[in-house]
Amino acid sequence: MNLHEYQGKSILRKYGVQVPEGMVANTPDEAYEAARAIQEKTGSDKWAVKAQIHAGGRGKGGGVKIAKSLDEVRTYAEEIIGMHLVTPQTKAEGKLVKKVLVEQNIYYDGPSEISEIYMSILLNRDRGRYMIMYSPRGGMNIEQVAEETPDQIFTEEIDPRIGIQAFQCRKVAFNLGLSGDAFKSMVKFVNALYKAFEGSDASLFEINPVFKTSDDKIYAADSKVVIDNNSLFRHPDILEMRDLSEEDPNEVEASKYDLNYVQLDGNVGCMVNGAGLAMATMDIIKLSGGDPANFLDVGGTANAENVEGGFRIILKDPNVKGILLNIFGGIVRCDRVAQGVVDAYKNIGDINVPIIVRLQGTNAEKAKELIDQSGLKVHSAIRLQDAADLVTQLLK
Amino acid sequence: MSVLVNKGSKIVVQGFTGSEGTFHATQMIEYGTNVVGGVTPGKGGQTHLDRPVFNTVSDAVKQTGADVSVIFVPPAFAADAVMEAADAGIRVIVCITEGIPTTDMVKVKEYLKDKECRLIGPNCPGVITPEGAKVGIMPGFIHEPGCVGIVSRSGTLTYEAVDQLTKTGLGQTTAIGVGGDPVPGTSIKEAVELFMNDPETEGVVMIGEIGGNMEAEAAYWIKDNGTKPVVSFIAGATAPKGRTMGHAGAIIGGKADTADAKKAILRECGIHVVDSPADIGSKMAELLNK
Repeated sequence: MNLHEYQGKSILRKYGVQVPEGMVANTPDEAYEAARAIQEKTGSDKWAVKAQIHAGGRGKGGGVKIAKSLDEVRTYAEEIIGMHLVTPQTKAEGKLVKKVLVEQNIYYDGPSEISEIYMSILLNRDRGRYMIMYSPRGGMNIEQVAEETPDQIFTEEIDPRIGIQAFQCRKVAFNLGLSGDAFKSMVKFVNALYKAFEGSDASLFEINPVFKTSDDKIYAADSKVVIDNNSLFRHPDILEMRDLSEEDPNEVEASKYDLNYVQLDGNVGCMVNGAGLAMATMDIIKLSGGDPANFLDVGGTANAENVEGGFRIILKDPNVKGILLNIFGGIVRCDRVAQGVVDAYKNIGDINVPIIVRLQGTNAEKAKELIDQSGLKVHSAIRLQDAADLVTQLLK
Repeated sequence: MSVLVNKGSKIVVQGFTGSEGTFHATQMIEYGTNVVGGVTPGKGGQTHLDRPVFNTVSDAVKQTGADVSVIFVPPAFAADAVMEAADAGIRVIVCITEGIPTTDMVKVKEYLKDKECRLIGPNCPGVITPEGAKVGIMPGFIHEPGCVGIVSRSGTLTYEAVDQLTKTGLGQTTAIGVGGDPVPGTSIKEAVELFMNDPETEGVVMIGEIGGNMEAEAAYWIKDNGTKPVVSFIAGATAPKGRTMGHAGAIIGGKADTADAKKAILRECGIHVVDSPADIGSKMAELLNK
């Protein structure tokens, strides 16, 4: 589950990670008030006004501004709230901004040089352990850093039995070239950041940049936090942060039917039991001359109700020219699924795209008979290759 | 011969009396699997499906000599169940449970390092040796004893491959589902290695998908150590970047995660990659001249 920047920072703060003083605002007036409160607390006379959407690269699309007065905070908030922010990570139509985060300015002048550092915590799948990945070249795309200067990326693996150790935090701070107060602050920062990661059962923390101020303080200037969906059952407080409006409405609806759905932009819809077979079905649609319109896993218990739900969601997409239903019946009996398809078809009423039904496994022959005799505009197949050939024919 | 499980395996079911455990244990017994009992804490001493129920895996091992366990325990308690089985001296632990927090699996993996056991899964269909033992949730009837070993990260896609191999008459020695999670107990490479060392296995089918490095790791190992033909399909050539495709581990982060990148490495290492999942069985038949 993805979090907004302000939500991620609230978790960081809870574990003692230093973040800029900030408040979230839904209206320009709230933003103005937030800025005044931050000024009283910190003395800051400049503020960052940052659009809160689930996508990176917000600055490039005009979603992050530095205000030099309280009135400017209001003006920028007016501009940003309600805009459709387009960034390299959003679709072309952008994302509607409903909230801004107002923060104290940390890019102030002072005795030492400021610097931007990259830091993330993620799973090293090859090793089955978490690691901290960091680089003195922060504030830019880490993939670019990896390509240009791979020697500037460091990793520190954490032993799950003992957790993060002090020597590891020191190593990070030394490798980043810090000294004095900045070094001490960084040691604390790394330790707290890992504790926050562990405590929230996150699957990714990306803090880019971690900012060293001109008076040697260390702040998490941004936060990308992804929480492991499988651990949400033990974090009801984090689950409450879920922002459904940031998710694709079809995907939200699909989850109500216990369907695992991902919207794509092709012309052949598909509905499959099992994630691996679902991806394989998308691939076979492509090989047959089509483009998959979605990923849809109906799970282990394909029944009439979720098959109907799946059809309804796929049929909303006007680009869909046909639907391939691919079920390998194991525990699920194919004739039951076939009956589900017939019922769903009748319930929905006006399905005007052709449907290819491939049912293989338990009672496959019986299922094919059921479909063939239903009188519906449904083509049936048993072998996977036959289903693929039907897709090709359908697109001609 | 076969790998991991066979007619002689004594299987204990963890989460025996729950609905999932009951349903699948029944199917396993009907298939002819030697299920010697089950574990449900607090229900020790009872009888379920004509078999004894124990409070702990340790009790089950002592009284039945069980050496294989299959886990149908809800995600919140599954990691604990795996460690309990390992502690009790179980040799092969098959964890079917989907949805275990990754942080739990990271700890489990560490815990298992100095134990003499192998974990298969989690989030997998299990392991089956046709006519020997069905330890998992796969449909038994599509399998036939034969000469091909299968390793896969998926469930139904494995059944698809099994079905094709059965219909070409090749059959299977053993089919292993290593699971769709980012931290699996057994890697694809380790499963392939088991098949390369099994005298009855003549060819190996390796079914991978987007995300992670397991297929590449297996491919490099096969290049140096492989003695049998390997046919592979990698699912997700059409999957978009950055989205989790059903399995928690099926996500494209960087370039090496894509199906195309994996296929290129596999081909370089001499593996017979098929682009269509419909060609798995026929390709293996062609290679084995059968």
